[in-house]
Amino acid sequence: MTQAQVQEKANIPAEIEEPGIRKWWEYFTFNTDHKVIGIQYLVSTFIFYCIGGVMADLVRTELRTPEVDFVTPEVYNSLFTLHATIMIFLWIVPAGAGFTNYVLPLMIGAKDMAFPRLNALAFWIIPPAGLMLIASLVVGDAPDAGWTSYPPLSLVTGQVGEGIWIMSVLLLGTSSILGAINFIVTLLKMRAPGIGFHQLPLFCWAAFATSALVLLSTPVLAAGLILLAFDLLAGTTFFNPTGGGDPVVYQHMFWFYSHPAVYIMILPFFGVISEVIPVHSRKPIFGYKAIAYSSLAISFLGLIVWAHHMFTSGIPGWLRMFFMITTMIIAVPTGIKIFSWLGTLWGGKLHLERPALLFAIGFVGTFVIGGISGVMLAAVPFDIHVHDTYFVVAHLHYVLFGGSVLGIYAAFYHWFPKMTGRMLNEFWGQVHFAFTIIGLNMTFLPMHKLGMMGMNRRIAQYDPQFTFLNEICTYGSYILAVSTFPFIINVIWSWMYGPKAGNNPWNALTLEWMTASPPAFENFDKPPVLATGPYDYGLENAREGVPLSDAEPILSAGTNSVLRANPDEPYPAIAAETDER
Amino acid sequence: MKIPSSIWTLLIGILLTLVSLWYGQNHDLLPKAASDEASLVDGLFNTMMTVSVGIFLVVEGVLIYTIIKYRRRAGDDKDGLPVHGNVPLEILWTAIPAIIVIGISVYSFDVYNEMGGFNPHAVHEAPMTPQAMKMPGAAIAATLTDTPASTKPNLNQEKSDEAMQDPATAAVRNADQIPQKQNAPGVGSVAPTIGPTPDKEGKPPALTVNVTGLQYAWIFTYPETSVTSGELHVPVGREVQINMTANDVIHAFWVPEFRLKQDAIPGRQSEIRFTPSKEGTYALICAELCGPYHGAMRSQVVVEKPETFAAWMKEQQVASNETLNQAIAVNPAELSPADFLAPHTHNMGIQPEILHQIHN
Repeated sequence: MTQAQVQEKANIPAEIEEPGIRKWWEYFTFNTDHKVIGIQYLVSTFIFYCIGGVMADLVRTELRTPEVDFVTPEVYNSLFTLHATIMIFLWIVPAGAGFTNYVLPLMIGAKDMAFPRLNALAFWIIPPAGLMLIASLVVGDAPDAGWTSYPPLSLVTGQVGEGIWIMSVLLLGTSSILGAINFIVTLLKMRAPGIGFHQLPLFCWAAFATSALVLLSTPVLAAGLILLAFDLLAGTTFFNPTGGGDPVVYQHMFWFYSHPAVYIMILPFFGVISEVIPVHSRKPIFGYKAIAYSSLAISFLGLIVWAHHMFTSGIPGWLRMFFMITTMIIAVPTGIKIFSWLGTLWGGKLHLERPALLFAIGFVGTFVIGGISGVMLAAVPFDIHVHDTYFVVAHLHYVLFGGSVLGIYAAFYHWFPKMTGRMLNEFWGQVHFAFTIIGLNMTFLPMHKLGMMGMNRRIAQYDPQFTFLNEICTYGSYILAVSTFPFIINVIWSWMYGPKAGNNPWNALTLEWMTASPPAFENFDKPPVLATGPYDYGLENAREGVPLSDAEPILSAGTNSVLRANPDEPYPAIAAETDER
Repeated sequence: MKIPSSIWTLLIGILLTLVSLWYGQNHDLLPKAASDEASLVDGLFNTMMTVSVGIFLVVEGVLIYTIIKYRRRAGDDKDGLPVHGNVPLEILWTAIPAIIVIGISVYSFDVYNEMGGFNPHAVHEAPMTPQAMKMPGAAIAATLTDTPASTKPNLNQEKSDEAMQDPATAAVRNADQIPQKQNAPGVGSVAPTIGPTPDKEGKPPALTVNVTGLQYAWIFTYPETSVTSGELHVPVGREVQINMTANDVIHAFWVPEFRLKQDAIPGRQSEIRFTPSKEGTYALICAELCGPYHGAMRSQVVVEKPETFAAWMKEQQVASNETLNQAIAVNPAELSPADFLAPHTHNMGIQPEILHQIHN
């Protein structure tokens, strides 16, 4: 009996009476079911992604030639400002929250989130905030001071657009704080009996680390934005130098959130990759504890690196050294994760036909480029040269597109059968993957050279010597745009007509697969039990002498050391059971 | 014959090292280096590039190898080996990146120091304002907006004021003056500096240029000769100090060939020192988003022989005197009293508001 069968036998009821198939209109209601909310998040953020993507292609179209000939410079500035704001605050951050919403309660065997109505509220803040932001483009006064919105520039550009931007980002920040509170309480208080932290899937660890970061840093951004709003609308001079204010203070407050935001955007997808790789390469995750604790380490270190965005701004020399060192150190926990994923892939049985695994491997392969250029950017003398250039644009897109977005796609392909009860078409998933990887590298790789050679960012016109590389970038961005079509069509078609998935199409071990697809209201028939660890793949062919880590001591007792937890027993049952052996 | 895997590993390791070393020195990714600081930065970048190429090849190589070697064969539905971890291996791959980043940090520190960036004493030597120390909390807060006491004349403020009085500049600028904060660590206002290189510590720079950034132009003034120019001329091989500030929004002074960048922040002054090492004309780019025409905010840095520079300077002095004479001879009747008196009121320390009241 494989571990998957053991786990299923312990949990999946012989006959599920009413799988949670919903009417389509339920997704347009103020539902409090975490699964409905999760899908609401994912679908609406994907729509924002498409809008932000169109803006990116308009920006790239302008940059195909050195002259300003496609849109006016004012519109150009609004386009990249909105592109960045949408992609960060309306796509990657809430998409992470969407997956966490859907999967987290299932993974820990809970019936729902701890605060279902707060959860619904957190989602329903997003659409109006997003629509307001996009509407600003239509009414003709869109924010155009960049997504960083540095004063004094943001105070002298259009007042209406900037006001809308501040309001919208404040709302979106509120939404993510509400979400984070919910995730943390759910994780701490709603785990099924017998699930200790070391039995949690790594996605839960990542969600925990992310939520902690959101809670600690988002309020600082909110404070900064409120002060900025006062400067803009009430004429105060917190950041306005004409009245003695200090624009650099805004930068500190902004980056105190916005650097951690990078980890808010990448940590959940580190978690996703840690789920996808073991399942689809049929091997236990390599170094469970190392990956789990490195998420917390990244979360902590992420709070003390913000000033590396200000190396050319107004901070003293010794402070630059401090932030250089903290920034560099983040490479260590990140490296641990990358090497652990490689260790997991090594010696597995890779299901390369499955798009989820392809995207996960693509994630590791492209994210590492963004990680390496991140270390380079941490080095102060080099950062002074490339700060605010296309090198930085390349770096952040390798991290956020090559990392987060590929992670989102991996998660979509991985959990789609659970969410809809139907399988996605693999062939079109592979086509989607191929176009994405080609488009991604074609768009962003040449930007490294552009930046180092002297092309600064956020410009509508540039030196003609950079024309050729910019053309490559622009055509790459068109390929990226095309790459989403197979995905969109595949999702819509498969959701309606795809082959039935069954409860556990991947033979996975984590608890979300131990219920119907899609799961019924309140998720499980009875409180689930852990019959195996979350990643105990291949235990039936364990040879004598294969080293098992101390992460799972109970497994060394042999295959089928099943039913570690009993729903009637209090939660520390595992330790007692281990002691008995 | 079966070659043992340890030999393969060794061979691959040697090959990787050679490729990384070669690419790290021959990447052609940076423009030519035209200042003493630039060659230091390039050395650091080449080292980071060497290490990066190695890491990149290892990760991508392992990925490609696993994809080929461990892909699932048709009909094989078994799981892989249940290897959960390997403590020595995990320690190894934690230690290696840790050592690499510490190494890069130390090297960066050294380069930064050589460039004159790291000058911890500058902060401690900055005068504490004696008033602030005696005041209760609220009063300290009230002084935050004031310029802390300083014995040095604030050249940037003067230049910025002069620029404001230029009718062409004033037309696009709001006339509110921006108080300049000088070094005052107590209130968090420290001049961002890349100072003299260690061998030139304590010596004044050979040339000082004041730079004012405004939407969308750079104004250069040479305080010793009062020459004002739209492009920067500097003699080759002499250390130059740039004092910069901005009149409206944040701009950033960047010359890619010098590998130097510094934000010009309204309300603060920033300083960088560098020594241009190659003659030529280089682009000076504003690197911080400063408005819709940010991309057009470019100027030139001309690095020339000292003789040529001296000749240029002379030419500029003659030209600026002529302009001044013309201005005085032609314009007074057309100016409003406030405009006409502006240079004088400034010298006398009279605020425009007061003048306005008196005049009425």
